Amino acid sequence: MTRYESSVGRVILLLVLVAFAVTMMIPFLWSIATSLKDPAAVYVQASSFIQNFIPRDPKTREVSIQWHNYVDVWRKLPLGRFYFVSLVVAVVTTFGRVFTSSLAAYAFARLEFPGRDKLFLLYLATLMIPGEVTMIPTFIIVGKLHWMNSYWALILPGMFTAFGTFMLRQFFLTLPKDLEDAALIDGCSRLGIWWRIILPLSVPALVTLVIFTFLGSWNSFMWPLIVTDTTDMMTIPVGLAKLKGDYSQEIALMLSASIQVLIPVFILFVACQKRITEGIVMSGFGGI
Amino acid sequence: MKPTTRRKVRRALTGYSFLSLNIVGFMVFTAIPVVASLVLAFFAYDNITAPKFVGVGNFTSLLGWHVDQTGRVVMNDPKFWNCLYNTVFMMLGLPLTMVGSLALALALNRKLPGTITLRTVYYLPTISPMIAVALVWLWILNPEYGLINYLISRLGVQGPNWLGDTAWAKPAFILIGTWGGIGGFTMLLYLAALQGIPGVYYEAAEIDGASPWKRFRYITWPLLGPVNFFIIVMGIIGGFQAFGMQYVMTSGGPAGSTTTIAYYIFNNAFSFFKMGYASAMAWVLFFMIFVLTILQWRFRRRYTFQYD
Repeated sequence: MTRYESSVGRVILLLVLVAFAVTMMIPFLWSIATSLKDPAAVYVQASSFIQNFIPRDPKTREVSIQWHNYVDVWRKLPLGRFYFVSLVVAVVTTFGRVFTSSLAAYAFARLEFPGRDKLFLLYLATLMIPGEVTMIPTFIIVGKLHWMNSYWALILPGMFTAFGTFMLRQFFLTLPKDLEDAALIDGCSRLGIWWRIILPLSVPALVTLVIFTFLGSWNSFMWPLIVTDTTDMMTIPVGLAKLKGDYSQEIALMLSASIQVLIPVFILFVACQKRITEGIVMSGFGGI
Repeated sequence: MKPTTRRKVRRALTGYSFLSLNIVGFMVFTAIPVVASLVLAFFAYDNITAPKFVGVGNFTSLLGWHVDQTGRVVMNDPKFWNCLYNTVFMMLGLPLTMVGSLALALALNRKLPGTITLRTVYYLPTISPMIAVALVWLWILNPEYGLINYLISRLGVQGPNWLGDTAWAKPAFILIGTWGGIGGFTMLLYLAALQGIPGVYYEAAEIDGASPWKRFRYITWPLLGPVNFFIIVMGIIGGFQAFGMQYVMTSGGPAGSTTTIAYYIFNNAFSFFKMGYASAMAWVLFFMIFVLTILQWRFRRRYTFQYD
């Protein structure tokens, strides 16, 4: 298709694509610009489109970049605490899900025991059920266990999704059986096989699950919103959403918080980009 | 015990010990809640007093209608229907996203230099945490100082009050959704699908003198059928569950014009404590998603058949 294409056409196309990329980044670029402005300069109408992006002193109109907004926000908002809670929840949820799902997936893929296929069907049947359905009874259960506003409530219900088990089981089924048989003959236990053979061979699938679980937990909103009510137990999304109203006049502050929430996710994405895009297309599940 | 029985018992023990951790969690936080939710849908329950059986009462209040004094037919819960309308309205960004994503995928498929970097940039809005996107767009859409209304004012027109206007709030969410979705999942799926089309088709068409448009129209487009359908279904399923953006940016307002189905379930369950009613609504939501998924499976099978 590209054989007869002129190089002029390719250059134009590339320029269009670059222009489009810049346009898509404008909301972020402008937010960064605003987050570096003096609070009073935020509400000044700029003289041109480009001038909107240049932080200036509200009186002297000199360029002045307010880096301290990025420091102040940590003092004014409990951003550090939100980060801490989010991190604990995401790390423990991810670890728990990968650990328990891979054990269960191994049982479903390789071990023979009565009731296995029926149980697996039960897992499959719940894959399609939206979170809105299970949310209300889970809320009641968490309340009865006196877990409201605790790490238990934030972590445990998100730890055992059927999806993780399903995905890993499908992957384990593609692994060659010979290695396992050889290990069994050599007297290796099932747990040893899981740890020494299955897990090392499944690194791509495990990494995909880790990334999705981590991002899913990091961005999760409705559940942490329901089960937390004090700022010290709030994750980043819930905390910022709840405090948004109190700081509606301090746009620069809230935007500097947003940018500081975006950056770690961008770094993670760029670092693991290949895995993520492959995983998305492979699993066919994008909206996790 | 006979040796075979003992072996069977040992196998069962191994199997269940591997499963144990996961299955306990799965039962407590997925399987039991699913059943409980279905039961709860037939009860009135406020999380304090004992649940009261109401039969199909929740479903008739939700989906049914009655005739009022003036003889007009009225829905029992007009708010629910309004939320359904809002939810479907805000899904109208889906065709926009699809057209944009396909255009991007076609361009990126040309193997130009820098494609990987561009793809990364296009993808950033999709992986951005919802809260950050919401705060950024609240500022962009600010009626007085926002960038969008600044651009509109340069054209000599005063921009709308976006999120504060019942007519403009839903289009604002469509705009954000399109921006956020255009270079994401949809584009990647198109890109994968395009790369899966054998090059010989195009070569044969070129020899026959088919124009680029004809090659797209008669080769690319028909072969994208399954992926198009998949994207539509996934988009609709995602659209039905829209909640976070609306919660942060408009609280479902103004005048309920951006309250989605998921938001209405949330409000009923955790603001009005009508947990039975909310459960019934969640099952109606599930039913809609279920029908769409089944449709998608059917369609997919038909298409794979055609490939053969």
